[in-house]
Amino acid sequence: MTWTAITSTVTASFLASFVEVVEAFTIVLAVALTRSWRPALLGTFAALALLVALVLVFGPLFALIPLQVMQYVIGTLLILFGMRWLRKAILRATGFIALHDEEAAFAKETDELKRQAADKRADWLAGMAAFKAVLLEGVEVVFIVIAVGTAHGMTAIAGAGALGAVVVVLAVGAVVHRPLSQVPENALKFAVGLMLTAFGLFWTGEGLGADWPGADLSILGLLAVLAAFSYVAVRMLRAAHLRIGAAQ
Amino acid sequence: MSFALSVLKELFSLFVDDGNLALQVLVLIAAVTALVRLAGLAPLAAGMLLLLGCLAILAVSLRRALRR
Repeated sequence: MTWTAITSTVTASFLASFVEVVEAFTIVLAVALTRSWRPALLGTFAALALLVALVLVFGPLFALIPLQVMQYVIGTLLILFGMRWLRKAILRATGFIALHDEEAAFAKETDELKRQAADKRADWLAGMAAFKAVLLEGVEVVFIVIAVGTAHGMTAIAGAGALGAVVVVLAVGAVVHRPLSQVPENALKFAVGLMLTAFGLFWTGEGLGADWPGADLSILGLLAVLAAFSYVAVRMLRAAHLRIGAAQ
Repeated sequence: MSFALSVLKELFSLFVDDGNLALQVLVLIAAVTALVRLAGLAPLAAGMLLLLGCLAILAVSLRRALRR
């Protein structure tokens, strides 16, 4: 276990989880402030309980899978996951698609909850909204922890990164008591997309039997190549966006 | 039922946003794996091929988005 592996694992896990927890926090806060804290917390804890149950049931199964097969499968999923985030982050950074806006997400959820206020099941619907948000974002966090941690035997370290993200978001959220819209979400998603794609390429290569030069250090090399490519792509797409804007 | 379906849909969308990009990545990985297993390609060269292939697929996907 090298410092490079530990640092890259905990950083990837922390940043990726941070983005997901911020999104879940926005919905839970909308439920709490529009209805009350009861359905918000009930939905949140029910989702967390389901996530824990899923991890306890399926977690031990991973130990039965041969390491090389796991590296290959997880590597493939990480490439798909990472490239999806990277593509979106590049398009958002260049103005081709709108930036994700936590204030807008909060307003949308609040409007929907207000429309349901007259419904007899309003508390239930609000609780379900919190449940769904925490479950979906939580599944992503669980996947990220397993993906960046398991193939290297560092699930606990990746889990600590995710837990750190939860603690930071809850601490900041408790103080500001509003959606965390000042978080540079696209920059974080950019970094996470780069990291997860680099991890994915590394693990898939290892799964195929590759002996990467410098072992874990080659993750940094892959990251540098991906970052250089993305930098050039952003520059070129920004120029194209300006040309299109000027022509219209 | 609709709740379970929406959860499954969300799970699918974790990995697939641009369907073409996802399909091309899977084909690339399958092709590189076949080259290693059947044609004796060195695993390290396969890793490099994966990197270049992913960059090419991303470039094509971004170009497609630009045209839209």
